[in-house]
Amino acid sequence: MSLTKKTGRRGSTHSIRAYIRTETFPTAFCPGCGHGILMGALLRAIDELELDFEKMLFVSGIGCSGWISSPYFAADTLHTPHGRPIAYATGAKLANPSLKVVVIGGDGDLASIGGNHLIHAARRNIEMTVICANNMIYGMTGGQVTPTTPTGAFTMTTPQGNPDRPFDLCKLVAGAGATYVARYSVYHIRPLIRALKKALTHPGFAFVEVLSSCPTQYGRRNRLGGPSQMLLYWKEKCLPLEKARRMSPEELEGKILIGEFVAPD
Amino acid sequence: MPQGGWITRKSPLAPGRYFMQGDEACAEGAIAAGCNYYAGYPITPASEIMHHICKRFLELAEGRVFIQMEDEIGSIASCIGASWAGAKAMTATSGPGISLMLENIGYAIMTEVPVVVVDVQRAGPSTGQATRPAQGDVMQLHWGTHGDGEVIVLAPWSVQEMFDLTIRAFNLAEMFRVPVFLAADEAVGHMRESLEIPAEVRTYERVKPLPGERLPPFGGAEVPPMPAFGEGHRLLVTGSTHDEWGYRRTISSEAQASLVSRFKAKIFNHLDEIVRVEKRFCEGELDVLVVAYGFTARSALAAVREARNRGIKAGLLRLQTLWPFPERELAEAVKYARAVLVPEMNQGQMLREVQRIFPQAVGYNKTNGEVITPPEISGAIEQIR
Repeated sequence: MSLTKKTGRRGSTHSIRAYIRTETFPTAFCPGCGHGILMGALLRAIDELELDFEKMLFVSGIGCSGWISSPYFAADTLHTPHGRPIAYATGAKLANPSLKVVVIGGDGDLASIGGNHLIHAARRNIEMTVICANNMIYGMTGGQVTPTTPTGAFTMTTPQGNPDRPFDLCKLVAGAGATYVARYSVYHIRPLIRALKKALTHPGFAFVEVLSSCPTQYGRRNRLGGPSQMLLYWKEKCLPLEKARRMSPEELEGKILIGEFVAPD
Repeated sequence: MPQGGWITRKSPLAPGRYFMQGDEACAEGAIAAGCNYYAGYPITPASEIMHHICKRFLELAEGRVFIQMEDEIGSIASCIGASWAGAKAMTATSGPGISLMLENIGYAIMTEVPVVVVDVQRAGPSTGQATRPAQGDVMQLHWGTHGDGEVIVLAPWSVQEMFDLTIRAFNLAEMFRVPVFLAADEAVGHMRESLEIPAEVRTYERVKPLPGERLPPFGGAEVPPMPAFGEGHRLLVTGSTHDEWGYRRTISSEAQASLVSRFKAKIFNHLDEIVRVEKRFCEGELDVLVVAYGFTARSALAAVREARNRGIKAGLLRLQTLWPFPERELAEAVKYARAVLVPEMNQGQMLREVQRIFPQAVGYNKTNGEVITPPEISGAIEQIR
């Protein structure tokens, strides 16, 4: 398929259709799922950067996040066992360094079962972009608690509220040595696309955490409302790093910081 | 027409006679076969393979990649990723590492990935005895991963075969797009003896579509041509049940049945190319046929010789291929045997396979972390003759 004969402005909906195996649509995502927004943001970032899609490899694991690139992206895709996409990506990147390798996983995939591969790839600073679609829940398997589920949140396996504290994935990955780390939500679409563009062109291990809505498994059980209310939830809950610096700990209580946590000077 | 097949490679090591450790010979065999990606994790008694590969890759410096991964799961996963990117990949470990790798071995079967996995077996279960030999993994290697897949397992009995069978493992992996295990054991891995390094080795290179040629990567042939990432094929690779182009077919009975049956057919329709046994003193009628593999076959050969000196008609059938099990060869060999003895460093794993062909076969089993000695097998021959 030639991606050069496209019409339409770079980053437009018309333009990004060329990257999608439209014969596989409709997607497997539930109505209101944030992963579709993330998928669009990633393709817009790729389109705006004019990357060669045929030299890109998208590696994903198991779970709803595993479907974002496989089978929908019309590039090389590797859909691996649960938790292992970063390890598979490491082998592919080392064997063929000319590949632009992108890993897309969920919070269960990358932070729970695959947590070890995440911190070690960050430590090695191997060149790849890792996107964590963090919806704070195991969606595909029916709504169980994950390492990023907030304390007190209700899931199928925390019916009395999550007694544990969640991982701050950006702190974790930054601590492990990643050289680009950012977090945005699917509400913050323009800054997210900018962060994805920086990550995709970063010559090292780049990590982007994307807070994604799961109205079906998370929103419903925690009375966060439907798809649009969940987007507004991110708007209210998230606070840009720059603003947070001028605020007291009391004012920051319950907020999620967004922005670039680690970036080259 | 797709490209690939047999080629001749010059040995990177000068031809001649060497005195070498089994693990090192395995590493040299991999290099001779064209291995250009190795990922591993430290474990006794297989670490020397990783040490030797690490050193030799640096010396050879021809775009070969060595990486020590964070665990055995990462090792096999990165090998499969590398193989899809076009590399000839290998990892080596022992039983505990195999246990960790097995889920991904199933992925390699499902996505038809050539990869070589060396198991230098040690005494178990669990951590067991890291420096002691055993043959307790031979069933695990075939049946350990979930689902219903086929693999190839080869069992070396000497330092020479640690070299030769590693090359063969790569060739079979590339030929059939399947994971191939080298089922060594601590005794063969740590043993030092002489071996002959040839000037040239024959290697089989995976069949790939020509540039621009669009062929289904998961169907259309018994072993479909295998493209690599980055070659413009827009590959859909998934461990889920898929059709010939890689599209997920997770509720299609036909897709599931056709994959599983082809995985079996591509091995079982080619037993002549895969299965190898060695027969010693198997001519005419036999009082006792000893069926053995790996280090145990060395003791078995000594015991068979000793028995013949005492006038007992003993013979040895050495299994170089463990899986697919050499049924035809065994059925042929037991035709004129009155008794069959299967000595193993386990509690009788391959014995049952032998009993499917010769129900009266008996085992000699030792699981104390020590090798089986020739006098022990001689004693067993004496008992059942």
